[in-house]
Amino acid sequence: MRAVWIIASFLTVVIAIASCQTAEDIEFKRYYTAGLVEYQNHCQNCHGDKGQGLAALIPPLTDTAYISRNKNMLACLLSKGIKGKITVAGKEFDSEMPPAELAPMEIAQVLTYVGNSFGNKVGLISNDDVTRDLKNCR
Amino acid sequence: MRKPIILFAVGLTMFMAACGDNKSNRLPILGHRDAETKTVDGKEVTDTVYQTIPPFKFVNQYGDSITDNNLKGKIYVADFFFTSCPSICPTMHRNMLNVYNAYKADDNFKILSYSIDPKYDSVPVLKKYADKLGISGQSWWLLQSGKDETYKLATSYLTSVAEDASVPGGHVHDGWFILIDKQKHIRGTYDGTVTTEVTKLIADIKTLQAEPEQRVAQ
Ligand code: HEC
Repeated sequence: MRAVWIIASFLTVVIAIASCQTAEDIEFKRYYTAGLVEYQNHCQNCHGDKGQGLAALIPPLTDTAYISRNKNMLACLLSKGIKGKITVAGKEFDSEMPPAELAPMEIAQVLTYVGNSFGNKVGLISNDDVTRDLKNCR
Repeated sequence: MRKPIILFAVGLTMFMAACGDNKSNRLPILGHRDAETKTVDGKEVTDTVYQTIPPFKFVNQYGDSITDNNLKGKIYVADFFFTSCPSICPTMHRNMLNVYNAYKADDNFKILSYSIDPKYDSVPVLKKYADKLGISGQSWWLLQSGKDETYKLATSYLTSVAEDASVPGGHVHDGWFILIDKQKHIRGTYDGTVTTEVTKLIADIKTLQAEPEQRVAQ
């Protein structure tokens, strides 16, 4: 009888830990799937379905070093737009990206998508992260 | 007892072959068509007259004047865009690059991208866009002219083929790629924002080139 209790409580703990991870997973997935739709509606025209960009007109989103280095800047880049010279994937771009008309939550979702697609792997970028980052825009 | 089955199979095969043959590798001719009746040798004959692209005069990214005469003996694909377009144009030209790369070595094939914002898209602006797009040589011309002329010409390429080619507000905004043959007939319209349609266009150009009327230089 005791053995059954021990096994049962052990199982409970395992399940608790597992479901804890799943909750995080679910949150990530929720951001990511919403972000995919945002991406298709607001970014894909320019950056392409594979984040490939367009020749020397529009930079790709596949420069994983650029994305992870600028992880905390991306929200500002989206909300203010980008103008002038930037170097991405070893190439110089001198075009203009118009400001994205997105709420902080939507920015978080689309960045979670971009940040974990096309070879990038920066993990969840949450609504709180974006709200904080937006306060530090230059 | 087996005979009916064999007969059926043979019949079906013939039917399918005939069907395939009917479609023989020809593209349809699109646009308005008029019946023109004339008298030949005392007999009335009716000819179908298909819509053609009217004469035009534009300037390309090199500052050269380009008219319909420059397209004599050429098969070409046309689209309408503008360099500062934030919506569908990047997708269209990402796809058009596939067409360009497939046929850029072919002297008798061209791509014409007409700017619908000629005021902003001056010759230097078009040249810079071409350079950044990575295109060179004479296979892909970016063209500009007066706005009215451009809009009128757009109608010849579009209204007959795209039902919603009415132009709301400032700019023509549909992403059609229009395939034109050596007789200036419209032979296909493809949604330039959809990769599979553009893949079909690339295949259709080959089909069109194989038609007897297209093999002779005009
Ligand atoms: C109108 C076209 C356009 C749209 C729409 C657009 N971008 Fe951009 N994006 C650009 C251009 C052009 C640049 C480079 C700007 C420069 O040269 O200064 C850029 C730069 C970037 C960069 C930094 C450089 C890089 O490639 O990593 C990121 C990140 C980015 N965009 C993400 C997005 C996201 C996410 C969206 C959707 C919310 C989006 N963009 C929508 C055109 C666009």
